[in-house]
Amino acid sequence: MALPDLAVTNLILPETPHAVDLLCRKGHVLGVSPHAPGTAYENARVIDGRGLTLLPGLTDAHAHLREPGQEWKEDIASGLAAAAAGGFSNVMCMANTSPVNDTASITEHMTKRAAETWPGGPRLFPIGALTRGLLGKELAPMAELAQAGCVAFSNDGRPVADAELFRHAMEYAWDLGLRVIDHCEEPTMSPGAGMNEGRVSSRLGLPGQPDVAEAIQVARDVLLADYLRIPVHLAHVSCRRSVEIIERAKARGVPVTAETCPHYLHFTEAEVEGYNTLAKVSPPLRTRDDVLALIQALREGVIDILATDHAPHAAHEKETPFGEAPCGISGLETALSLSFVLTDKGMLDAADIVRLFSSNPARLFKLPHNTFTPGDPADFVLFDPRQAWKVTPESLFSKGKNTPCLGRTLTGRVMALYIGGQPVFTRGECAPAATAAASRRTHGRSS
Amino acid sequence: MSWPHKDLLDVSQLSRDDVAVVMKTAASFREINARPVKKVPTLKGRSVVLFFAEPSTRTKTSFDMAGKRLSADTFALTKSGSSLVKGESLKDTVLTLLAMNPDAIVIRHGESGAAAFVAERVSCAVINAGDGRHAHPTQALLDAFTLLEKWGTLADKTVCILGDIAHSRVARSNVILLSMLGANVRLCGPRTLLPPSVDGWGVEVHSDLKKAVAGAHAVMCLRLQLERQQAGLLPDLREYAGRFCLSSATLTGADPDVKVLHPGPINRGIEISSELADAGQSLILDQVASGVAVRMALLHLFITRKDRGDKE
Repeated sequence: MALPDLAVTNLILPETPHAVDLLCRKGHVLGVSPHAPGTAYENARVIDGRGLTLLPGLTDAHAHLREPGQEWKEDIASGLAAAAAGGFSNVMCMANTSPVNDTASITEHMTKRAAETWPGGPRLFPIGALTRGLLGKELAPMAELAQAGCVAFSNDGRPVADAELFRHAMEYAWDLGLRVIDHCEEPTMSPGAGMNEGRVSSRLGLPGQPDVAEAIQVARDVLLADYLRIPVHLAHVSCRRSVEIIERAKARGVPVTAETCPHYLHFTEAEVEGYNTLAKVSPPLRTRDDVLALIQALREGVIDILATDHAPHAAHEKETPFGEAPCGISGLETALSLSFVLTDKGMLDAADIVRLFSSNPARLFKLPHNTFTPGDPADFVLFDPRQAWKVTPESLFSKGKNTPCLGRTLTGRVMALYIGGQPVFTRGECAPAATAAASRRTHGRSS
Repeated sequence: MSWPHKDLLDVSQLSRDDVAVVMKTAASFREINARPVKKVPTLKGRSVVLFFAEPSTRTKTSFDMAGKRLSADTFALTKSGSSLVKGESLKDTVLTLLAMNPDAIVIRHGESGAAAFVAERVSCAVINAGDGRHAHPTQALLDAFTLLEKWGTLADKTVCILGDIAHSRVARSNVILLSMLGANVRLCGPRTLLPPSVDGWGVEVHSDLKKAVAGAHAVMCLRLQLERQQAGLLPDLREYAGRFCLSSATLTGADPDVKVLHPGPINRGIEISSELADAGQSLILDQVASGVAVRMALLHLFITRKDRGDKE
């Protein structure tokens, strides 16, 4: 084995009982070996990772970075900073920018901004619009978008009602080797309601969206995927009814994949009590029964990946009566903490989280990722599963402070993110001896 | 007389004792409304902002009259006459109003939760005059006051609320208050106008008018917003009237002394027959009169609370 130029020692690897050392060279993984105290890694930068869990860099398949057009909510720089603080080395950003990402020039603008803002930082992979302007009338120039760097296509929060057009979008995208991501919502049923239809919505006098509004479109997409034998990816599944449809489809071999988000695993419609606009999200937070169904679906592989649906909004936009507030939760920085809470409860294990937030999404969308196999990119997260932290506006790098976690204490925190063997984010005492260039890019704010 | 509340957001925040205080205070103010000179200096020098971001005739006039009869200075603000139409946020509008140091803000708004939103941000009293589909506590209190004037008690009385329950803040507040005061509450309307999960409300639910009014001591009709037909909730108003219009004929199974209420404005011949609306058993105008007295009581209780040193 070649000599490492970076060694991170005394780490915990999920499902490995003994401590390990991670050895890297020239930005790639050399190997993972059992930790032997006193081992000297000559000429290598050595980082003591005692007490930290080693995870591969995460991939978020569903984020909104708002640039171009709504930079007051988030811009690519702040979005990537939030991604790094959340442990994400790959970020797929949605097409609902302003203007919409439906031309190569917009895609190129995004990737250029990311490269300029943070060379060597989290990688940005745009998702192209499925239809021009997200209007659901005509296909976007998907080949042009793919060539410019888009890795998938989606109409984001404006689901395509026209089944024939959606079918053609799936076919056209698949010709290009890319898949369609669909926000499943029957658009005529309480669009934008922002809360689940049920007892809480009835009592609060808020229009609710029933879970069948999601499940109806899940069923349509599954039927199309079955008929066409073309894969479709279902975004942020939120309810048991959808899970049951996906489970049956997968059992029949239908090429469907799905994601859900950490907030759907923790919060229910009760979070909206008091007209809490921070809990207004699309699809809405559902019931405890839905939460349990989603967790089981993740464990059993019915839902393939976790994604954040990071949707930052400015504080003043959420500080309105519930009906006037935009939907969305800022999620990049709380994602891993919220996911690891489930390991404490025995509902998921750390290996599940690695699968759901790293290997599966990266494979699904053909992105670089690290399985700690020699030659993999040295993208890794040092995670402290015991560190408690209070979610405050000051603790978040994202411009979007809109999370129902605000004011709550979470356990488990990303301490560092390395991409290509370089530290792109460090926190507190975990900071490695960074180069001057890396220091300039390092966000070491402690909170 | 202790009054522990800064704001009135819904009747659910009130105890039975609180409601009794409102009723007793309203009864004492009702007499003022019958005088030749209908004015007392109780709230002289106090300011009340009537912030109606949604159209209103009865409630706004009722609050205005209530304030003026207590000698408060009332200032009316509508959405079209405010900077809301220039894009100002509700937060900034109410903070601007607060800077003028009013003693109370009475708010009507189309969004559920808007009154609570305002109350969290201002130090003066906020009285909810109707927020979206959520609550209309002063209407529920005046309805209860009207019925108590007739009956003395609501215990063992059956009240049927009829019409568009799903979209009605009046229904939501009345279900809570009438139930609290001991009435047996029934709801009646087509399934499309009943709220989802209404089974959790702890009341009888009917879609058959005759069954709903059988033995009822009072029937409260709700206004049917005509756009419900366009929203696909009803085939047409004629069919709705055929099934749910309250009339002497459809009331035959009710208690012989049944009372009829309606918060207004009335669509005659759709929700209630014209003849029944004007009949002796109709309390519709009593409700309007009660409204002034109840709102006088509420303005008095909320605005003078600090003078008495009442604690929340």
